[in-house]
Amino acid sequence: MSAISSEHDDHAHDHKPSGIKRWLFTTNHKDIGSMYLIFALLMFFLGGAMAMVIRLELFQPGMQFVEPQFFNQMTTVHGLIMVFGAVMPAFTGLANWMIPIMIGAPDMALPRMNNWSFWILPFAFLILILSLFMPGGGPSFGWTFYAPLSTTYSNDSTALFVFAIHIMGISSIMGAINVIVTIWNMRAPGMTWMKMPLFVWTWFITAFLLIMVMPVLATVVTMVLTDKYFGTSFFDAAGGGDPVLFQHIFWFFGHPEVYIMILPAFGIVSAIIPTFARKRLFGYASMVYATASIAILSFLVWAHHMFTTGMPVFATLFFMYATMLIAVPTGVKVFNWVATMWRGAMTFEVPMMFALAFIVLFTIGGFSGLMLAITPADFQYHDTYFVVAHFHYVLVTGAVFSIIAAAYYWLPKWTGYMYDERLGQMHFWCSLISVNLLFFPMHFVGLAGMPRRIPDYALQFADFNAFISVGGFLFGLSQLIFVWVVVKCARGGEKATAQVWEGAEGLEWEIPSPAPYHTFETPPVIK
Amino acid sequence: MTNARCLLWSLPTLLFTASVNASSSMPLNMTKGVTEISQQVYQLHMTIFWICCIIGAVVFGIMFWSIIRHRKARGVQPASFHESTKIEILWTAIPVVILIVMAIPATNTLIAMDDTTDADVTVLVTGSQWKWHYKYLDHEIEYFSLLATPREQISNKLAKGENYLLEVDRPLVIPTGKKVRFLMTSDDVIHSWWVPAFAIKKDANPGFINEAWTRVDEPGLYRGQCAELCGKDHGFMPIVVIAKTPADYQTWVTQEETRIATAKAAEQELLAMNMSMEELMSTGERVYQGWCVACHQVAGTGLPGIFPALKGSQLILTDRAAHINILVNGKPGTAMQAFGQQLSLKELAAVITYTRNAFDNNTGDTVQAADVFAVQQGKGE
Amino acid sequence: MPAHRRLVSKLLLVALLMFGFGYALVPLYEVFCEVTGINGKTSNTPATLLVDGVDTSRVVTIEFLAKPNKDMPWIFKPEVRRMTVHPGEVYVMNYLAENPTAQMIVGQAVPSVSPGQAALYLHKIECFCFTQQQLAGGKNMLMPVQFYVDPALPAQFSTITLNYTLYDVTASWQPMASIEKIGE
Repeated sequence: MSAISSEHDDHAHDHKPSGIKRWLFTTNHKDIGSMYLIFALLMFFLGGAMAMVIRLELFQPGMQFVEPQFFNQMTTVHGLIMVFGAVMPAFTGLANWMIPIMIGAPDMALPRMNNWSFWILPFAFLILILSLFMPGGGPSFGWTFYAPLSTTYSNDSTALFVFAIHIMGISSIMGAINVIVTIWNMRAPGMTWMKMPLFVWTWFITAFLLIMVMPVLATVVTMVLTDKYFGTSFFDAAGGGDPVLFQHIFWFFGHPEVYIMILPAFGIVSAIIPTFARKRLFGYASMVYATASIAILSFLVWAHHMFTTGMPVFATLFFMYATMLIAVPTGVKVFNWVATMWRGAMTFEVPMMFALAFIVLFTIGGFSGLMLAITPADFQYHDTYFVVAHFHYVLVTGAVFSIIAAAYYWLPKWTGYMYDERLGQMHFWCSLISVNLLFFPMHFVGLAGMPRRIPDYALQFADFNAFISVGGFLFGLSQLIFVWVVVKCARGGEKATAQVWEGAEGLEWEIPSPAPYHTFETPPVIK
Repeated sequence: MTNARCLLWSLPTLLFTASVNASSSMPLNMTKGVTEISQQVYQLHMTIFWICCIIGAVVFGIMFWSIIRHRKARGVQPASFHESTKIEILWTAIPVVILIVMAIPATNTLIAMDDTTDADVTVLVTGSQWKWHYKYLDHEIEYFSLLATPREQISNKLAKGENYLLEVDRPLVIPTGKKVRFLMTSDDVIHSWWVPAFAIKKDANPGFINEAWTRVDEPGLYRGQCAELCGKDHGFMPIVVIAKTPADYQTWVTQEETRIATAKAAEQELLAMNMSMEELMSTGERVYQGWCVACHQVAGTGLPGIFPALKGSQLILTDRAAHINILVNGKPGTAMQAFGQQLSLKELAAVITYTRNAFDNNTGDTVQAADVFAVQQGKGE
Repeated sequence: MPAHRRLVSKLLLVALLMFGFGYALVPLYEVFCEVTGINGKTSNTPATLLVDGVDTSRVVTIEFLAKPNKDMPWIFKPEVRRMTVHPGEVYVMNYLAENPTAQMIVGQAVPSVSPGQAALYLHKIECFCFTQQQLAGGKNMLMPVQFYVDPALPAQFSTITLNYTLYDVTASWQPMASIEKIGE
C-alpha cells in the first residue's frame, strides 16, 4: 500500500483564512469535524459537571446541597446535554472528518449547509443553559419530558426548551441529509456499496434513522408547546386528549434515537478490531445486514418504555417479543467481533483497549436490556436504578468509549503526531475501573428498590450510593487525562506515518498524517 | 503501577470494604415478594439473569482466551478467514431458540397478571402531587396517605428514623388470602404506584384508570414508592400497605368506618362551635408540617420566585377573605391546589389560623370551621 | 450539483412527511384505540341499540366511579356504585352533581373504562359526557347514562369499571356550543 502523494493538491488550496473567520465560515469537512468534536468534549464536561451535582447530593441520604426542584433540573439537563450535546455531535464530528476520506470524496456533499449544521448547535445549547437561570429554574421534567408534567405543570422554561430542541433537531436532520447525499453520490469509482468501510455503512443507516425520527421529536415537542400555550389538548384528558399518547409519540422517536447513538459506535469498533488483530472483519456482509435489521426493528419496539402505562396484554406481548428479537442481530455483531479477534495477531494500543472494553461492557448493558425486555420482570425494574445502570452501560461504556477509541485511533491522522501511549493507557485504566465503580452497583440499588430521579433515598441505599458517587468523581477526574492527551498530541510528539497502525487498511491510511486540508480532489483508484 | 494509579485503586477498595462491612442491610437481589405472582416474577428475573451469565461467560471466555493466545507478542501469524455462513446461521438460530424458551413463561405470567376478574376487595388509588389517596369501593372508607418523615430529618436537623422516606401517616390496609384489585388514576400528572413485595407497578394517569391485582399470602407491612417523575417531591410520596388476616381486616374496616363517620359528625358539630386559639394553632401546625411545608418551607419563607413566602405575606396580613379562599379553592394555573377538597373543615380552619399567626405574622386572628364552610358554599365573607 | 439537489429534495420531503406523520399519529391513535379499545376510551358519540335480544344467561357487574378533579368544586357521585346487568339490555344510571359554590360552573366529564378492551363493548346511548354540563351556583342535577353491554363481550370480562373524571371547563366554555341542561 503506497501513500498517494497529494502534495500538489496541498499547494493549490492552502490559502485558508486564519483566526476566528476561518472557523466561523469554514466549509471544510475536517474543520467542521474538529469543531463538532471539540464542542462535544466541552458539552461532555458540562453534562458531567451536572452529573457531579447529582452524585454530590446523592452521596448521603438527606438534602444537603440542592433543592429537589434544582436536582430535577440537573437530571433533566444532564440527560439533554449528554444525548444532544455530547454523543450525537461527537459522532457527527467523526462522520464529518472520516466519511469523505473513507469513500475517496473531496468533502461532504453540501459544505455550506454543513457549516450551519454545526454553528446552530452552540446557539441552541446557550438557550438551554440560560433557561436554568429563569425564575422557577430550567426544565425539570426529565429529558423525556412527559406530559402533563411538561405542559400544565411546568414553568416558562418549557418554551426555551422547545426552541432549543427544534434547533438541535434541525442541525441533526441537515447533518443526516448531508451524510446520505455524500455517501450516495460521491463515492470514488470502484467504491461499491459492499466495499465501504463499516463506519460508513453504520453512519449511512443512522442518517436514515435520523431523518425519519427527528421530525417526530419536532412534532411532539411542538404539541407540548401548543398544549401549554395555545389551547390544544393533545395530552390533556380534560380536552379529550391522552397523556399516554405523548409517550407513544415520544418513544416512537426515542427508541430509534438510542440506536442512532449506538450504530456509529458499532462502525468504529468494526474498524478498530480488524486493525489491531491484523485480520479482516469477520462476516462483513452480515454485519451490514445486522445493522440494517437493528435499524428496522428499532421502529417496532418503542412501547417497551411503557410497559407500566396500562396497555392491554396483546400489545405488551408484541413489544416484549419484538424487543427480545433485537438481541439477535446485536448478538451477531458481538460474535463477529470476537471471531475477528480469533486467531488474529493482536496488539493492545489504547484504541484497541477501549474497543475491547466496549465489547465486554456494551454486552453487559445489552444483557440488562434483555432482562428489561421481560415484561413481568420489568415491572420491578422500570423507573429504578436498574434502568439507569442499563442505559449508562450502553451509552457510556458503549457510545462514549467508542468515541474515545475513535479519537485515539484517528488522532495521529488528524494531528500528524502519535499521542502519548503511556498517558493514554493511564486514561484507559482509570476510566475502566472508575466507570464500573460508578455504574455497576446501580444494578443492585435498582434491584433493591431505589427509584430513579429522586434526590433523596431510604437508608438502606446509603452505602451503595456513597460508593457510586465516589466512582463518579473518579470517572470525571479520569477524563481530564484525556484532555491532557489530546492537547499534548495536538502540540507535537512522535511523528505519525501515513499508515499509523500496522494492521490498518482503508483510504484514510493512504493519505499523509496529518491529513492535508483538501484530500481526494481527484478521486483515488479503488482496487 | 504508577503512584497515581495506586492512589486511585486504594480509595474505592477502602470504600468497598467499608460498605461490605457496614450494616447496610441492602439486599443485592430483587425481592421474592409475598404473592404467587411476585415469586413468578422473581423466577423470571433469575432465569434471564442466569441465561445472560452463561452466555456472557462463554462469549467473554472465548474473547479473553483469544486475547491471551492470539497476540502478536507470542509470535503468531494472523489467520485469513473472514466469513462462514454455517457458523453465522448457527449463532443466529441458537439465540432465537433461547429467546423463545424465555418468552413462554414470561407470557404466562403476564397473562396471569392481567386477570383482574372476581376480586374480593377493590381500592381506588389516586396519585397527586405529592401523596396518595385510597378509596375502598366496598366500604365507606377513603383517606389520604402522606409521607410521615418529618422535614427536619430530611434537612439533617434531626437523626433519620429507620424507615426514613418510606413511612406514611395512614397506610393502605388489605386482607391476606383475598384477591385485591387496585384501580389507579391521578389528579394531576402521571404518578406510578409500586409495591415491590407484590410485583405491582402501574402508572396513575390523569383522566384514565388502570387496573392491577394481588393476593397477598403473608400478613405484614410492605413499603413502596412512586415510580414516575411527578415533580419536585417525587421522591417523597411513599406507599405503605399493611396486609392483615381477614378477621383483623374486618376489625380494621369497622374501626375505620366508625372513625370516619365520627369525624364527619364532629365536622357538623364543629360548624356551630369555636375552637380555641391553642387548639387551632397546634392542629394547624401539624397540618402545615404534613401538607404545606414541601413548598412554603418550615419557616414560611417559601422559595423566592417559585413558592410565595407566607411570612410577611401581604395577602395573609391584609385580606382574610382572600386567604381563606385561596386555601379552599386554590389558585388555578399555579401549584397551589384547592385544599377544600382534601382537608377537613377543622384542618383548614386550623392551618389558616396557624399561618395567620406563625412566622411573626401575629394577626391574632382565628378562623373557625364555619368561616371555611361559608367560603366553600360560595357565600363568602 | 443537480444530482445532489434531487436527492436532497427527496430526503427533505421524507423529513417533512415524518413531521406530518407525527401529527397523523394523533388520529391514528384515536382510531386504533376506538377499534381495539386499548386505552379504555369510550366513544364520544351516542350509540344505537343494535342487538336482537338480552342474554339472560349471563351477568356482568358494572362499577361506577366519579372523580371530580381536584380543582372542580362540584359534588359528583354515582347513584349506585355497582349494578349487575344482562348483556343486551338497556339500563339507565344517574350521576348526581351539585354545585356548592355561588357561581355558575361548566363541567366536562371524561370517561375511562377498565379493563380497556371492555370499552368496546360498553355502548352508551345517552351520556352526560358527550357534552359540557352547565350548572348554576347552588343548584344540583341528575346526569343520566343510558347504556347496554354488548352480548359479544368476551367471556373473560365479568366486571367493567366505568370512571368519570370531572373537569372544570368554565374558562374555555363557549355559550353557543351544545348545552345539555341547566339544573334546577
